[in-house]
Amino acid sequence: MTLEHVLLVSGIIFAIGLYGVLSRRNTISLLMSLELMFNAVVIAAVAFSRFTPPAGLADGGIVTANEVRAALTGHVLAVFIIAVAAAESALALALIFALYRTKETVEITDVAEMRR
Amino acid sequence: MFSESLAWLIIALPVAAFLLNGTVVRAFIGTDTRVAGWVTISAVAGSFILSLFALASVASKGAAVHDPHNWLTVQGFDLTFGILLDQLTSIMFVVVSGVSLVVQFYSQQYMHGDKSYTRYYSYMALFTASMLGLVSARNVVQLFVFWELVGVSSYLLIGFWMERPSAAAAAKKAFLMTRFGDFGFLLGILYLYFVNPSYLDIPTLYEAVGAGAIAAGVATWISLGLFMGAIGKSAQFPLHSWLPDAMEGPTSVSALIHSATMVTAGVFLVARFFPLFHASNMMDLVVLIGGVTAVFAASMGLVANDIKRVLAYSTISQLGYMVMALGLGAYAPALFHLFTHAFFKAGLFLGSGSVHHASGTFNMKYMGGLRKNMPWTYWTMVIGSLSLAGIFPFSGFWSKDELLASAFERGSTIGWVALILGLTAALMTAFYMFRAIFLTFHGEYKGGAEAEAEDAKKNNLPMPVGLGHTHRQESPWVMVAPLVVLASLAIVIGFLVNPLFDLGPIKKHSFATFVTERNVNVFTGGHGEEAVDDGHAETSHLPDAVEAGAAPEFSLPTAVISTVLAVGGILLAYSMYITGSVSPAAMGRRLPTVHKLLFRKYYFDELYEDRLVIRVFYARVVRFFAWFDVSWIDNVNVQLSKLTANVGRGLANVQSGQTQTYAAIMAIGVVAALLALLVWGN
Repeated sequence: MTLEHVLLVSGIIFAIGLYGVLSRRNTISLLMSLELMFNAVVIAAVAFSRFTPPAGLADGGIVTANEVRAALTGHVLAVFIIAVAAAESALALALIFALYRTKETVEITDVAEMRR
Repeated sequence: MFSESLAWLIIALPVAAFLLNGTVVRAFIGTDTRVAGWVTISAVAGSFILSLFALASVASKGAAVHDPHNWLTVQGFDLTFGILLDQLTSIMFVVVSGVSLVVQFYSQQYMHGDKSYTRYYSYMALFTASMLGLVSARNVVQLFVFWELVGVSSYLLIGFWMERPSAAAAAKKAFLMTRFGDFGFLLGILYLYFVNPSYLDIPTLYEAVGAGAIAAGVATWISLGLFMGAIGKSAQFPLHSWLPDAMEGPTSVSALIHSATMVTAGVFLVARFFPLFHASNMMDLVVLIGGVTAVFAASMGLVANDIKRVLAYSTISQLGYMVMALGLGAYAPALFHLFTHAFFKAGLFLGSGSVHHASGTFNMKYMGGLRKNMPWTYWTMVIGSLSLAGIFPFSGFWSKDELLASAFERGSTIGWVALILGLTAALMTAFYMFRAIFLTFHGEYKGGAEAEAEDAKKNNLPMPVGLGHTHRQESPWVMVAPLVVLASLAIVIGFLVNPLFDLGPIKKHSFATFVTERNVNVFTGGHGEEAVDDGHAETSHLPDAVEAGAAPEFSLPTAVISTVLAVGGILLAYSMYITGSVSPAAMGRRLPTVHKLLFRKYYFDELYEDRLVIRVFYARVVRFFAWFDVSWIDNVNVQLSKLTANVGRGLANVQSGQTQTYAAIMAIGVVAALLALLVWGN
């Protein structure tokens, strides 16, 4: 299993998510598709982190603290994305509730209050 | 030696009075407090005393040309201010501050009880200061600044009773018409600047003219511009029509600025640039304008019913005399006439104010018989009128006779034209002045202001403005004393100042000698031994300008003719208005066209206001600009804003509110960017 395999999976998931975002009209489905896109990005970030060894390790020298931090960046990014995505989901669900209460619909195409 | 700072102080004292009255007195003491009068009177008195010292200093030690001070430096050009205290300036100093002092004193009573007493005295102080600054300016630009200040303060004073629409209109008219002349003045200054910037300094200009450095053609154009300013300020034909209207101001204002000082500024200007005018080709034009004005204004005075308007026309006419004399090269006689005229004309105006005080009106139709009630006013006004008419031995005789004699001496066509115009004006002057005297003081009393108000009511005419109360008695001494002072001056000043023969310590033609000395000092820098001894200027050291400016020999024929004409005018007035042997009404009927023409002031107001302003200026020029403004200037803006609105409306359609459309566009955009990076990257 190489980096390319993982990136391929990530790309497929991202494309599925994008398709969902552009085609689904139900806001809940839209939100779920959005989550798929997030997760594709998380997979890609972790994959890069996993398959890129610290610079010092590659040439057999001493691994410095900075090199360790650089190697862990992808993982840290993944944790951040998950946290932000969770917060966003909570917020988005609250918005959807509010939307349903006021307009009795969750169809994205029915909501165009922000047009000119 | 009269130091420079003292000369500045002459100007600064009234300025201080203006500021003090305008700020402290008005704000903390009151808008109608007598203190304001005292402040201005003491300041002007100070100026007058200093002016006398200045005159004495110039008389004994010669002209003082003080070094200029740098005021502005613009790209290497220095604009300087300074004091030029020569004979002309020192005489003007005394005339302006002297007449102003008398008038300010008189105004205490005349303006008593006016709700804007303080404002009156601050304006009067400002006016006096501007005039004093004007006559002492060393630089043409400095002169112009004070010239405009004089214009502004006269505007403020003519429109002093601004709640009267007629006063506001008169102030506007005076300001605009004099401004029209100032336009030419400014062009003259600009031309002078382009010839050589250093010529803005008047002594330098004198030297240049004396050395013949300015070509006659150039001098003509510059003089023409300056003369336009003089025409406007001195109400010469064809810019004369503002002055009679300016009588809307308080009478004391008329006495100060429309007889003795402001309107003489134009004559002063020609006198100040006399060498330049003399070097130009337009002296004959100056003669014609002055002579025509003298007759033209006098003829309108023949039929005017308002006593102040009669005096206003006579002022225009006398200013015409002075201008005519300057054009003839009679520099000294012109200034002598300015000098004598200032006193007796101020006296006449103040007298008419006194008459108004008693009868409540200025309309002579409603006066009459006031001689018994106000003997002081009567006699002082008779003296002033005799002087104005040029009767021996009053001051007007001496100065007017010198004018006519210089025209006689000049000979040639222009001299004869000037002489005839001058004599015609002299006849008319005598007639209208005594018509005014007889109508006002002789015959039956015709009811004053009350009768005028009644008549207006009966005939459904608009109520005349400015009617006062009728109390037929002599005015208080505060008003009479100035009249007496000015009348005594009118009696004696003529032969005391400029006698025809040596009069004890006073030398023959001493005034003429004094004023023509000016050029000696200015041109050569020295004084004393080169001064002409009798003003006859046979001395060849003097430039042409001075030779021409000396006093003429007394000429018995012109004196006799002018006296006969003046007496004839008085007798005609007598037979018309006292004995009634010649009926003025019948004469008006016999010559209806002439009477109407004169009464309507030759239709000049109609020509200017109706024809020129409304039909030409408004209907053509202004309408063109209005059209250009609407269809071009405004239209460009309108079209530009329409374009912007349309573009915005088109772009607004992109914002559909459909989230997924936005997302799709964004995704396509990202893909496009990535593809672009793949293809053109690296």
